[in-house]
Amino acid sequence: MNFPILSAIIFIPLIGALFILITKGNQKNVEKNSKYVAIFSSIANFLLSLFLWFSFDTSVSDFQFVEEKKWIDGFINFQLGIDGISILFILLTTFITPVCIFSGILSIKYKIKEFLIAILVMETLMLGVFCSLDLVIFYLFFEGGLIPMFLIIGIWGGPKRVYSAFKFFLFTLLGSVLMLVAIISIYWITGTTDVVKLLDIKISQEYQYLLWLAFFSSFAVKLPMWPVHTWLPDAHVEAPTAGSVILAAILLKMAGYGFIRFSLGLFPVASDYFTPLIFILSIIAIIYTSLIALMQDDMKKLIAYSSVAHMGFVTLGIFSLTKQGLEGSIIQMLSHGLISAALFLCVGVVYDRYHSRMISSYGGLVNLMPKYAFVFMIFTLAALGLPGTSGFVGEFLVLVGVFQKSVIAAVLASLGVILAAAYMLWLYRRVIFGKIGNTEIKKMVDLNKTELYIFASIVFLTLFFGIYPEPLLNTINVSIDNLIDKYNANINFHIAQTNN
Amino acid sequence: MQSIIYIFPELFLSLSIMSLLMLGVFVKKSFKLINMLTILSLIFTIALVINQPDEIIKIFNNSYIIDKFSIFMKILTLLFCSFVLILSKDYLKNNNIDKIEYPILILASTLGMLLMISSYDLIVFYLGLELQSLCLYILAAFKRDDERSTESGLKYFVLSALASGLLLYGSSLIYGFTGSTNFEVIAENLDESNTAAIFGIVFIIVGLAFKVSAVPFHMWTPDVYEGSPTSVTSFFALVPKVAALAVFIRFMYVPFINVIDHWQIIIVFLSVASMILGAFAAIGQNNIKRLMAYSSIGHMGYALAGLATGTNAGIQSTIIYLTIYLVMNLGAFGCIFMMKRENVFYENINDLSGLSKNQPLLALSFLIILFSLAGIPPLAGFFAKFYVFMAVIEAKMYALAIIGLLTTVVSAFYYLRVIKIIYFDKPKKPFEKNYDWGLKISLILSSILILIYFIYPSALLDAISAIIIY
Repeated sequence: MNFPILSAIIFIPLIGALFILITKGNQKNVEKNSKYVAIFSSIANFLLSLFLWFSFDTSVSDFQFVEEKKWIDGFINFQLGIDGISILFILLTTFITPVCIFSGILSIKYKIKEFLIAILVMETLMLGVFCSLDLVIFYLFFEGGLIPMFLIIGIWGGPKRVYSAFKFFLFTLLGSVLMLVAIISIYWITGTTDVVKLLDIKISQEYQYLLWLAFFSSFAVKLPMWPVHTWLPDAHVEAPTAGSVILAAILLKMAGYGFIRFSLGLFPVASDYFTPLIFILSIIAIIYTSLIALMQDDMKKLIAYSSVAHMGFVTLGIFSLTKQGLEGSIIQMLSHGLISAALFLCVGVVYDRYHSRMISSYGGLVNLMPKYAFVFMIFTLAALGLPGTSGFVGEFLVLVGVFQKSVIAAVLASLGVILAAAYMLWLYRRVIFGKIGNTEIKKMVDLNKTELYIFASIVFLTLFFGIYPEPLLNTINVSIDNLIDKYNANINFHIAQTNN
Repeated sequence: MQSIIYIFPELFLSLSIMSLLMLGVFVKKSFKLINMLTILSLIFTIALVINQPDEIIKIFNNSYIIDKFSIFMKILTLLFCSFVLILSKDYLKNNNIDKIEYPILILASTLGMLLMISSYDLIVFYLGLELQSLCLYILAAFKRDDERSTESGLKYFVLSALASGLLLYGSSLIYGFTGSTNFEVIAENLDESNTAAIFGIVFIIVGLAFKVSAVPFHMWTPDVYEGSPTSVTSFFALVPKVAALAVFIRFMYVPFINVIDHWQIIIVFLSVASMILGAFAAIGQNNIKRLMAYSSIGHMGYALAGLATGTNAGIQSTIIYLTIYLVMNLGAFGCIFMMKRENVFYENINDLSGLSKNQPLLALSFLIILFSLAGIPPLAGFFAKFYVFMAVIEAKMYALAIIGLLTTVVSAFYYLRVIKIIYFDKPKKPFEKNYDWGLKISLILSSILILIYFIYPSALLDAISAIIIY
């Protein structure tokens, strides 16, 4: 196939953003047109990525749709390509972006044109992360995402938005600069930054540890892992709904994806060596942040902390290095992408109507907003991993995988599932059931049509993949087998080398 | 006589200085005309420089060199000099300093810079240096009736004269212990055992560090940047840096290359100190010119990091860094020149508050420039840092690379602060919108170059990869 479909998927949103930038005329028309352009380009992109999924060959482990262009002569090639793992993240991104755009159109009251530009640029950068097959290109997209996200939090955020935006930006940048040092070092050690070539090159053991740590510093901040997670609650709380959705649904997944693609792929020996560290940090994250989530009186903060806990499952699964664990963590990331997005949208719905995120402001919403109560219930249950929802599939597979590696870790992680049930159900009870505590919320109206459609689509996917995860598993199957084979071969190679 | 043809650009520039001076004396109110002619003569000089032959040519008894490096640096100098003149037209008029001496002094100091860039001999170098410095002193104090401007001129003069003195002392030591002022002969006679000459190198490095405003010889920079008229500040921030860095590179890699072990550690120190101070000191600044001063100190730190590697890749990365730095600063000063209300120019960063509401496009280009200065990908500023750290890590100077990258995080903070004021704060009274066309073009050009650099980064690399110093 000669049509550069990956480039098209990456750059369609950017072209849309450019169109929005150059629209001129009176305020009303400009806003209307920019909304149309944004919706059109993001949905077109979603359809294109669906097409990509259908034409994707799930029986091959190599990278597909590879595009290569000379970029910096004899040094870095602009290389794109996807395998079974990245395509799911591309789908997630292209699905979530229109959701964000709709949510933004509903709730953003000023500078809507700039907002849409920021979201579309963000989409381009996120897709670039998942498609790039060169470390430098990856870094470019990975870091570039900071700019639009900083602006989204800072311009359209809540009262403490400046603090949160700065914290978000500086935390992530600090983590990432070390990764840049590692990327450049890799170039000088191996002579290339081409991921495909690097996956076959065995980097010597002494370098692996340091390089792994440098990549870890970046991904751990972005994921985020305990104890560098503190930027996340702030950023989530202050960001506008659409910003929180992007942050939770996609931005965090870039780090998980990075762990799978780079930490495991390039530094297997170091990954093996540092697995206990990851396990300990993940277990702490799961239990500690779940306990914190129990005590929150701010809905967004509660969901933010629960995100950290869920990401703990993801890292556990990834570094369990079993097939189930890896599959589980990928499905966990996708389902968390859907569920946390939906939960933030749920908070956004009541916030748009009453302008409070405090749990105590609400209560008894089931009497006023039955549809909302129903939707919220589904996502609450999905978040705590009820069988039949995609959350269950992910957590279950992760636990199965972890159990093979360490029973204690699996037991402790299961505690997190119980705690998740505790804080989510308690949140639900306080917000939806009980007496209508506050007379002012009586004016609140139920979901409107657009909101209902957005939620319906997410509900459908959550339940569909909860009941029938086969399409997802089928897509990643070969890639994961390949990943694990390579990983084991690498480890054995290094063991053989040290024995000699 | 043959060699005269190789210095046509310099000759042309000196002739145009003299004729423009005559013109200015005899024709009344001729600032506009002279400004225009100055820009034209700069452009013509660029054409002359481009036409110089490709091979390495040494003339006047090996005291003057024309090679790819000097040609590239001269083009940078002349190009950005003309941009600065285009930028500052409006400012000069509004501040009543649109005197004919202004463009002529700039032209004269540019001539000095050209001499410096091509110098291959201590004496020629010193002549060029003094010619440019003397013009710069006057320029710093150009707004005669303004206290701050006079103060900054005097401050610059006193400190710079001291630095020149040190340079001269170092030169004399080197001459005394190597027996020549010619760079090649010095290189031949200089080795590890020649302690006194190495002493001289330290003095020369101090003098050069002063000219590029590297820490700890940076003290003049914030005051002079703040005190001088903004048009002069923009000149200071852009043009003399080229010549100073060019000379720095030439000195380190031609006459002193044999004692690299001795000077490398000094440059590393200068670089690290500049990066750290540039990052931390700028945090508390409210005056945008002062902020730019500290930012330029930090940026010189990164440029010196490339220089410290001792490899050709390092030098090339320094040159790339310098080029991108010039483009970014051109844009940044373009924005500063636009901070104007009712013919008064504002310098406090809080005056920018809410710019995004009043002038979205100006705010957008300022945003791009600031993120690029902070080195965030995919903007050009990131690539500048990327190349430098590529070279630094190739030379296995990991500590330098890590400190450098960590300071970028700190310096990101103060650039973000400006962005915060532009984008997150409540709008103030809008600035005027009737900009000069030259200002607009420069700003648009620089922000677009920064934005699209990542599409084809090879262009700059190709131009520079031919430059080999040693």
